[in-house]
Amino acid sequence: MTAHAAGTIVARFELADARFEVEPLRAQLLRDAAGAYASFEGWVRDHNDGRPVLGLRYEAYAALASAEGRRIVEEAVARFAITGVHCVHRTGDLAIGDLAVWVGVSAAHRGAAFDACRFVIDEVKSRVAIWKHERYADGDLQWLHPEPAAAGSTDEPRGEGAR
Amino acid sequence: MAKVRLLYFASLREATGQDVEVVDSAAPDLATLYAEAAARHALAWPRERLRVAVDGAFAQWDDALRDGSEVAFIPPVSGG
Repeated sequence: MTAHAAGTIVARFELADARFEVEPLRAQLLRDAAGAYASFEGWVRDHNDGRPVLGLRYEAYAALASAEGRRIVEEAVARFAITGVHCVHRTGDLAIGDLAVWVGVSAAHRGAAFDACRFVIDEVKSRVAIWKHERYADGDLQWLHPEPAAAGSTDEPRGEGAR
Repeated sequence: MAKVRLLYFASLREATGQDVEVVDSAAPDLATLYAEAAARHALAWPRERLRVAVDGAFAQWDDALRDGSEVAFIPPVSGG
């Protein structure tokens, strides 16, 4: 048989303080039992909220972020029929077009691969202790502290600490 | 009294001007500990918008302070 026969289910979450290659990580998710692979790549875009963005920095509370990230990929294994899941999130300074976050999922069938991939990126965005600091073309800087989706509060202190 | 290390991140770090602060506090719980820090640094965040973590794991606001622990107030996250 092949090197990818059966084996335990991969469930990994990592922070990376430098650029990383996706292909070797993807290769580690291959299994003979996997008929599907789905991935998500989050890239740094050149605008946010209508403002031109020059670049950004991600700051993490590494101990907490790593622990919560591991919890999320383990939840994905428990909830979906997948054979492997891996998420890597950048920290530090990033330029436009840089890869900020990658999620890869392998599964027997595409439905579980897509669903688990979506689950992981959504949960990472809402639960993992990482903050984005954006640098704008007009010279302004800002930490992003988004409102929870369900909250209706208007006293948004999201620009606190800016400038 | 408990001696704790407070960790500040993102806009909380900028608002307090430091990433670590060692304090002696008689606060009975983490909510009171945050109220003390908020008063000391004139923090704009209401506690309801934050989460709290102790020694690298999420905790509850009514948890008691543990001497020697590391406490972080977590503003809304924006990874991804």
